[in-house]
Amino acid sequence: MQLKLSMLAGAALLVAGGVAQAQEQVVKIGHVAPLSGPQAHLGKDNQNGAQMAIDELNAQNITIGGKKIKWQLVPEDDAADPKQGTAVAQKLCDAKVAGVVGHLNSGTTIPASKIYDQCGIPMVTGAATNPELTKLGRKHVFRIIANDEALGAGLAKYAAETLKLKKVAVVDDRTAYGQGVAAVFKREAQKLGLQVVSDQFTTDKATDFMAILTAIKSKAPDGIMYGGMDAQAGPMLRQLDQLGMSNVKFFSGDGSCTNELPKLSANAKSLASVVCAEGGASLAKMPKGEDWLKRYNAKYPGQYKLYGPYVYDATMLLADAMKRANSVDPKVYMPVLEKSDFAGSTAKIVFDERHDLKDAPITLYNYPGNTKTPMN
Amino acid sequence: MDILLQQIINGLVLGSMYALIALGYTMVYGIIQLINFAHGEVLMVGALTSWSVVGLMQESMPGAPGWAILILATLIACLVAAVLNFVIEKVAYRPLRNSPRLAPLITAIGVSILLQAIAMMIWRPSYKSFPSLLPTEPYQIGGAFITPTQIMVLGVTAVSLAILMWLVNFTRMGRAMRATAENPRVAGLMGVRPDMVISATFIIGAVLAVIAGVMLAMNYGTVYHTMGFLPGLKAFTAAVFGGIGNLGGAVIGGLLLGLIESIGSGYIGDLTGGVLGSNYTDIFAFVVLIIILTLRPSGLLGERVADRA
Amino acid sequence: MTTVKTDPKKTAWVIAGAIALIVLPFVLQMFGNSWVRIIDLALLYVMLALGLNIVVGYAGLLDLGYVAFFAVGAYLFGLLASPHLTQNFPAIAAMFPNGLHLSFWLVIPLALLVAAIVGMLLGAPTLKLRGDYLAIVTLGFGEIIRIFMNNLDQPYNITNGPKGISDIDSVHVFGVDLARSLTIGGFEIASVTLYYFLFLALVLITIGICARLQDSRIGRAWMAIREDEIAAKAMGLNTRNLKLLAFGMGASFGGVSGALFASFQQFVSPESFSLMESIMIVAMVVLGGLGHLPGVVTGALLLAALPEVLRHVAGPLQAMTDGRIDAAILRQLLIGLAMIVIMLMRPRGLWPSPEHGQSAQPDAAGTMPVSAQDNPPGVDFPADAAPGSTGVRQSAINP
Repeated sequence: MQLKLSMLAGAALLVAGGVAQAQEQVVKIGHVAPLSGPQAHLGKDNQNGAQMAIDELNAQNITIGGKKIKWQLVPEDDAADPKQGTAVAQKLCDAKVAGVVGHLNSGTTIPASKIYDQCGIPMVTGAATNPELTKLGRKHVFRIIANDEALGAGLAKYAAETLKLKKVAVVDDRTAYGQGVAAVFKREAQKLGLQVVSDQFTTDKATDFMAILTAIKSKAPDGIMYGGMDAQAGPMLRQLDQLGMSNVKFFSGDGSCTNELPKLSANAKSLASVVCAEGGASLAKMPKGEDWLKRYNAKYPGQYKLYGPYVYDATMLLADAMKRANSVDPKVYMPVLEKSDFAGSTAKIVFDERHDLKDAPITLYNYPGNTKTPMN
Repeated sequence: MDILLQQIINGLVLGSMYALIALGYTMVYGIIQLINFAHGEVLMVGALTSWSVVGLMQESMPGAPGWAILILATLIACLVAAVLNFVIEKVAYRPLRNSPRLAPLITAIGVSILLQAIAMMIWRPSYKSFPSLLPTEPYQIGGAFITPTQIMVLGVTAVSLAILMWLVNFTRMGRAMRATAENPRVAGLMGVRPDMVISATFIIGAVLAVIAGVMLAMNYGTVYHTMGFLPGLKAFTAAVFGGIGNLGGAVIGGLLLGLIESIGSGYIGDLTGGVLGSNYTDIFAFVVLIIILTLRPSGLLGERVADRA
Repeated sequence: MTTVKTDPKKTAWVIAGAIALIVLPFVLQMFGNSWVRIIDLALLYVMLALGLNIVVGYAGLLDLGYVAFFAVGAYLFGLLASPHLTQNFPAIAAMFPNGLHLSFWLVIPLALLVAAIVGMLLGAPTLKLRGDYLAIVTLGFGEIIRIFMNNLDQPYNITNGPKGISDIDSVHVFGVDLARSLTIGGFEIASVTLYYFLFLALVLITIGICARLQDSRIGRAWMAIREDEIAAKAMGLNTRNLKLLAFGMGASFGGVSGALFASFQQFVSPESFSLMESIMIVAMVVLGGLGHLPGVVTGALLLAALPEVLRHVAGPLQAMTDGRIDAAILRQLLIGLAMIVIMLMRPRGLWPSPEHGQSAQPDAAGTMPVSAQDNPPGVDFPADAAPGSTGVRQSAINP
């Protein structure tokens, strides 16, 4: 049965190839994010961002190397599972996509990046923020978002220098992402003279945080740092209210820094204490941010979560490099991609030697009147 | 002291929810010895249905009081879940009653995967916020806080247990259930219709799951398509803790599990100087469970079964 | 089954099968390496399913935490063949100035041994438990192992916690690095194909061991325990040691499979060893045919490959429904449906063991709940559900 299926797939490919050769060339861009499982809502937002970029590129009638280009998105699901992540990476390699946008989770991006590196396909992530990713020195791996080092350090600095807090507690959700941000915050906070009075842990599937928050309450900190996603941060804020801890400052990284947070916390009082950090400039401050969001909302109403604009930029960045190199061959456009100087809707994209975003800006947000607003 | 009191309250509230789900598990297990892996997913469907109903009602009747919306939404969700669980039993479990015991276990897993996929298609895979229908201002008792929702959770668990006990012990239906659980064939000879009794058990199980699901949604404020898995697993643990098949055992198991988790994760960090922390919360429950089961192989209140040929 | 060698017709089949197995990856390679990769992973699951089959299928002990042994093997290889330990522990770095890169051939027996020991250690406290109590305790052990791996990055960084261990060495066979494609006379053999042959060889060895075990004294003793533990005990079998042996042997296959997985993926993280994996492995064994080797292999191949194959097929289906049904959701939907439909149509598995099919005919009262007479061979039954018993059953609604 498998054989028959694969033959079918092969036949389909042949047909597609035949049509493409006629007058236009199909350029496939792979996109990977979790489209099933608990993080599917974030994955969907990412895919929308990529699809939107592809649609706009198609509307631009771009010609590269004398051929009219038809852009095509190859969306894949990794379910936030490293094993599926590598299987998908291999599939995209076989499909000979011109470039890959993704993945979302650092945990899947790191093993998958090895496969992209081996088969020579550039990969641009707009969401995986674990510093480890670019430390491995893989040539084809690019990141256009500030990494956790920048986020954690920025939050710690704000807590110590602007808010002048003395004692903080740290909660991490034991995922590659949450643990990373929380650990950086803790290290930087201690460097700046803050006292970390309590280390607590939860999971990315938990909804009950009463026990750990009560334990934190017994240490009476001025602030709590949470490394994790909004789906947990929302209920956590509600539970802070329930414990009469609404006035304790609540810090978090980009995973909880979403427009959903007020809704997920049912406008809890403690929302007023939230300070969260996101890589890149705020949508309002991005040159094309507001405009981008308008177009996105027109196309996918109510689905904007978080990384949509970064994924959009990542896709546009790949297309930009291909245009400038006048080739869709990864070998040819890779060197051009490395020297990108692209005015994205999230930031001006220039890579440093590790393929991290150079001078990645971070923006702190809070929630006055229960809407996400950039500070300063 | 107020911290310990708070942790006890936390544990009791969490444990009550485990207990509610465990009651459903235990009912089904008691009667057909099936670990109903799909129980958590029925809970999820119930919670999501009630979320939809609450949304619709808040839109159409803006002035309606929160408790009225809550009750109506729960009733509708109970109806939906009861029909669902009835169909599941009829389609996926009943044909396998004479098959090897693991066969229905696998269909139960299949049903659970299927229900999650269907929920994603109907409700989209995103976290949804469940509105606060009751006042959110917590009461203060000796330095500890408790919200009206949490009080409701405790109350609902107690009432559910009481009703179930009455149902099983003092009604015709209950007698038929006990007879079927003891020996379905003999029960059949005595005029009990085992199939009907089993269907009824699944409907009661579904109602319990929905009540638990609405309590979860009310207390934590979010509903989503994977919300049934973890509570389902914990409730399974709780049911085994108390002796699977035993109603009182399920409640005691649930409360114990909640207390162990909350007190354990609250104090372990300080007790071990940071070597172990709240990251090991899920382990305490299992460690205690393993110790209890090695001492009492059929759980706390489970019957001791003599080795008999 | 071991006497096939004398039958010429069977020999022909065996040769044809062998040729098909050798040619298979090259055919799939033409459609893309990802297809070979699917088969590679499926072969690892075959090993896992065969290991679990010893515990569940032969000895009748329902183990819902089997993935723990897979994890033990994977982490063992990950730690002993990656820079992780030397980077974090200066003492180890001093001992191995060239980095800790233990040979695959050393790690495999080590993984086998360690997993077997862990299996017996975890099995020991469960000896008195039956059926579902056993299931929950093994499930607990599986979770405990995963949680430890997720959290042992502090106070000492042993497992690197949720970040997992990356940069694990690939396997070298006779100086050939399996992670790179090999070119022989202009013909390129992809890395995944090289791994295919390694995995295939090990799977064949595993099948061989299982087939021998099945017919051995130990195998028959396990089956006696499965059918009736008390009778087995009365016949003088040392049920305690036999059960421990089943746990140990089953676990050892899991450990080897885990080590292979780590080298294949070159990355391990606790996410790969979730409870859902354990459940899926049990599903493979039961879906295929409990205690029957060809069935178990079929079940494992089917359930491991199905999601990945659907990944290739769901895309076009999604296009046909105008994208209304998401590929990922559709995939999950079809897996769930497949599990239900297969079980309903073939309650004893796709390819059940022949004698089991005969011994347990459903009785006339077809709709009666599991009753005494037709308790089929399988997992642990309440002891009192033995034929003719009308006594109190192990569990009942009993407030």
